[in-house]
Amino acid sequence: MAHLSLSQVGITFRRGGTTSEVLRDVNFDIAKGEFVSIIGHSGCGKSTVLNIVAGLLKASTGGVLLDGREVNAPGPDRAVVFQNHSLLPWLTVRENVALAVDKVSKGKKSRVQRAEWIEHNLALVNMMHAADKRPAEISGGMKQRVGIARALAMEPTVLLMDEPFGALDALTRAHLQDQLMEIQTRLRNTVIMITHDVDEAVLLSDRIVMMTNGPSATIGEILPVPLARPRRRLDLVEDATYVHARAAVLEFLYARHARPALAA
Amino acid sequence: MATGATLTATRARAAKARAPLVTMAGLRGVAARIVPPLVVLAGFLLLWEVLCSSPTAGLPPPSRVVTEAWDIIVDPFYDNGGTDKGLFWHIAASLKRVALGFSLAVIAGVMLGTLVGQSDWAMRGLDPIFQVLRTIPPLAWLPLSLAAFRDGQPSAIFVIFITSIWPIIINTAVGIRNIPQDYRNVAAVIRLNPIEFFYKVMLPSAAPYIFTGLRIGVGLSWLAIVAAEMLIGGVGIGFFIWDAWNSSHISEIIVALVYVGLIGFVLDRLVAGLGVLVTRGTSAA
Repeated sequence: MAHLSLSQVGITFRRGGTTSEVLRDVNFDIAKGEFVSIIGHSGCGKSTVLNIVAGLLKASTGGVLLDGREVNAPGPDRAVVFQNHSLLPWLTVRENVALAVDKVSKGKKSRVQRAEWIEHNLALVNMMHAADKRPAEISGGMKQRVGIARALAMEPTVLLMDEPFGALDALTRAHLQDQLMEIQTRLRNTVIMITHDVDEAVLLSDRIVMMTNGPSATIGEILPVPLARPRRRLDLVEDATYVHARAAVLEFLYARHARPALAA
Repeated sequence: MATGATLTATRARAAKARAPLVTMAGLRGVAARIVPPLVVLAGFLLLWEVLCSSPTAGLPPPSRVVTEAWDIIVDPFYDNGGTDKGLFWHIAASLKRVALGFSLAVIAGVMLGTLVGQSDWAMRGLDPIFQVLRTIPPLAWLPLSLAAFRDGQPSAIFVIFITSIWPIIINTAVGIRNIPQDYRNVAAVIRLNPIEFFYKVMLPSAAPYIFTGLRIGVGLSWLAIVAAEMLIGGVGIGFFIWDAWNSSHISEIIVALVYVGLIGFVLDRLVAGLGVLVTRGTSAA
């Protein structure tokens, strides 16, 4: 049985008298430890898929099963790394992680164990040096690292990342992707990542879910990326499998499913 | 933008750390802020002295205010029993009423504001009522509260409460409505219960708005207490002023007004300062 499975997921929003079907018949299964990216043009509903898995949105049709149990509310077993970091600005970096850890592992870990676990996760993303700073005092890349530490510290069954590096400059993004791969080698988390960056998707994923354009968006194609790990950015530039996968995603996004506004 | 502000702040802090404690530039800065109000004040007192120095003037000039009211200026702590007390005791009594009424208003106002901010139903139901009630002048509540409590003390406190609660409710509600969806999502993922959500997310997130309400509220309470005390009597700065008027001690009224103004100013600054302290993180976001 699949670790996480979405079956016949669809969602329709009603605002006033108008209804709009955003997603229809989204089906896919994810195995334990798999890293899956969802890619598509903006507005195609890829974040909506993630929010349904997170439990932040309720699917109108179909449903999501995690280890055989239906997902119908948000929870720490599906921790989210938000696009705009969503750190609480009045708390320090450490307090932001602590808020999650103290709530999620209360009763499971002693106070000392929780404190150690917080430090452990801050160290994992190399943020120990700024642990007592507030979010306004650190850079965008650092904020996103703290967001990742907070999510990882919840020990999620599935880690959900909503365009985690979308708002960062290219160099910072590459650096964080490398860090994420390194962490991933150690922890072997199951990850769903939303992205609109083709290179990011191919570099990080075991499989890439490509979505068609909305309204009524659905999965167009699922592309496996059979590249050995650990992957190194520089080695891959001329790797035939990498180049082929990249070309396939580009072809899907820009030839077969170009944005309607641009195609017109 | 946030990063830019942080950079400037860091640079300013670094500059402060390096500079010696007292510099010529620093002194000049202080002087530039203190000299103009002192000059204006001196000019104002002079004008007043000139205008009121004729024997037919209705109000005493500042020199006569000081000589006539010298007793209450130098000894604000005397207590001859009854209502014959120094200014300190009158002001303390007024402040105690404000503290009590305002504290109750803060608790009830933040709770009601949260309810109105959080629930659309409560918003639709309560907001029109609040909008009407908040326009009622503070003193108009006094007869009603006297009828209900049959005593001056709780009535004055109720007037403070009902005067200061509206800005607190309205600002809290706006603050709660403005909590970013992201913070709600974070709270949902880590499964904060409603009480934890209130203390750990709602209050800190809405704090800048709440403190705006508190600042307006404390100003209104100080405005209302003087008027209310004139009517209910007993010990209090409002009663002191009314009593001085009845005994034609105009100089004492002027001294009392100076105190009322200064204390109102201090109250406002206290709440504003507390707000800056509490919302340091939030407003920097």
